[in-house]
Amino acid sequence: MVRRSPITNMFAGSPVRPLQGHISKVHECVKKLEPFFTAVLAKDYEQVAILEREIHRLEVEADDLKHELRLHLPNSLFMPMPRERILDIVTHQDQIANKVKEVTGVVNARKIQIPDEIAELMMQFVLVNISASRQAKKIVNELDELIEVGFRGREVSTVEEMIDDLDNIEYEADKTGQQINNALFSIEKSLDPIEVMFLYRTIQGVGDVADIAQRVGARLELLLAR
Amino acid sequence: MEILVANSTLLIGMAVVFGLFMAWGIGANDVANAMGTSVGSKALTFKQAVIIAGIFELAGAVLAGGEVTKTIRKGIVDVSSLGDTPELLVYGMLASLLAAGIWLLIASRQGWPVSTTHSIVGAIVGFGAVGIGMDAVHWDKVGTIAMSWVTSPLIAGVIAFALFRSIQKLVIDTDDPLAKAKKYVPYYIFLVGFIIAMVTLLKGLKHVGVKMPFEENLIYAAIIGIIMAGIGTLMIKRLKFTAKADKKFHYANMEKIFGVLMIFTAIAMAFAHGSNDVANAIGPVAAVVSIVDSAGEIVAKSATPVWILLLGGFGIVFGLITYGHKVIATVGSGITELTPSRGFAATLGAATTVVVASGTGLPISTTHTLVGAVLGVGLARGIGALNMGVIQTIFLSWIVTLPAGAILSILFFFFFKGAFS
Repeated sequence: MVRRSPITNMFAGSPVRPLQGHISKVHECVKKLEPFFTAVLAKDYEQVAILEREIHRLEVEADDLKHELRLHLPNSLFMPMPRERILDIVTHQDQIANKVKEVTGVVNARKIQIPDEIAELMMQFVLVNISASRQAKKIVNELDELIEVGFRGREVSTVEEMIDDLDNIEYEADKTGQQINNALFSIEKSLDPIEVMFLYRTIQGVGDVADIAQRVGARLELLLAR
Repeated sequence: MEILVANSTLLIGMAVVFGLFMAWGIGANDVANAMGTSVGSKALTFKQAVIIAGIFELAGAVLAGGEVTKTIRKGIVDVSSLGDTPELLVYGMLASLLAAGIWLLIASRQGWPVSTTHSIVGAIVGFGAVGIGMDAVHWDKVGTIAMSWVTSPLIAGVIAFALFRSIQKLVIDTDDPLAKAKKYVPYYIFLVGFIIAMVTLLKGLKHVGVKMPFEENLIYAAIIGIIMAGIGTLMIKRLKFTAKADKKFHYANMEKIFGVLMIFTAIAMAFAHGSNDVANAIGPVAAVVSIVDSAGEIVAKSATPVWILLLGGFGIVFGLITYGHKVIATVGSGITELTPSRGFAATLGAATTVVVASGTGLPISTTHTLVGAVLGVGLARGIGALNMGVIQTIFLSWIVTLPAGAILSILFFFFFKGAFS
């Protein structure tokens, strides 16, 4: 006559772990941008194709985690953070992975070549976008600490600082993006117009990673203010 | 009257068997709820929880279970109205035990979260109102009990909220939570020991024949608190902290210290549960025994014999050993979101409420009180996610259990009445 205790039933799974699991997966996907663009710069398109498939797989896995999280977040939960906000955060986290998949997909399909003039800047740009995603992941990983302190005091200031850092990284990414655009602009006449069009698109897509990561940070900031 | 004398052994035997059955059920199912937060927060292994529960449920029952037993025994049904038909009370109490025991068995099979307290109170009110007469029930007392079912979770919630906020202020939100935890946790342990000892000394011990002036109680309670705090300090000294543990989760080492506190809180909870819930099983037994022993004379002023308190205590321990360990294991492994600091706030909030209720003789539901306490911590934004559906099932169990216990006990009452006359 084992009966499920109301005490057990009370502790619904907190969405924090799944949320952290999701952004981990997303960041794993983002990190692949580095070897991916290294391969693109080396014009090793065999490797590019392999990495593209890997990124695609990680994106699908992140998608699955997203669905699972949504399914396990019923309306009747009482949480220290609003349910809608959690759902909003996971949606944005997921968009980061989507963006990575989209960009790498096009680069692989069209075998886009990065002109040597902007190669160095491009790599720098990719890295700064990856670190934006890493920072977003770090902040999401502070969520269990925030619950531990009950969203009060010092830990809140720590997280606020981390969000400030994320904003700075995003600004940095923006600046680097501008530089590449300028560098590309000065050489675009010498390149095939369609190639150039897609190059601009690729730069835009990579830059979106930092943009969306910043949006994730902004939404986490809203959790603090209550 | 002759019926009582002629069947005295049979009646007492039945009371003891039914009482043990009920106590077994409490031990098998209810104790798990009381210990669940301790096992769930990983402060205790479930083996340790079973041992603590075994010892302190018994201690709580014997040392502080007297007041509630008195309420169940003679607080709900007016014994003086029975006049020369005291056997009606005997049938009624037997019927109540059987009704509550069977209802618990049915409910458990179905997985309904019913309260042992509600079952037995419903059963006693049922046979009293229908079997003896509407006037025989102390409705004002029943009203107070019903009120306490609403207020006890609320009070526990408020205490738990306050405790958790105090931990936040004193320990968690500081530059060095680990050092602050080392400093303040012994005070909390003192608080646990003091509260439980004080209520027991004030209200419980007179049933075992000890009575002291208030100031003396105060001193003894303080001494017990200090001793417990001393033991706790030693246990904290023996803990090993590693910087590595804090890397993944910054508060891992601090929570280890709260783990020590949680052991003491678990003891308090087991004690509180024993002091309140054991009465559900032995209150009716005590009533039957006192009537049959005095050959029908309903003695207005008589203490509950210690052997009956022991009977209830052992019944609970027996239930725990034969069955409860399984339930504790399920409850414990089901709770993954509870850290010792929260577990402490919730459990002490509940234990304090329950033990005070025991002191005032109010039979309340330990489980519901604990649910209220957990919600209190949740309101302080301390828990990842709580399922509010539980509140609904609790209301449902109130609505269903009271009439179910009452109807079953009325049926059994008339059955016994017919069988013995």
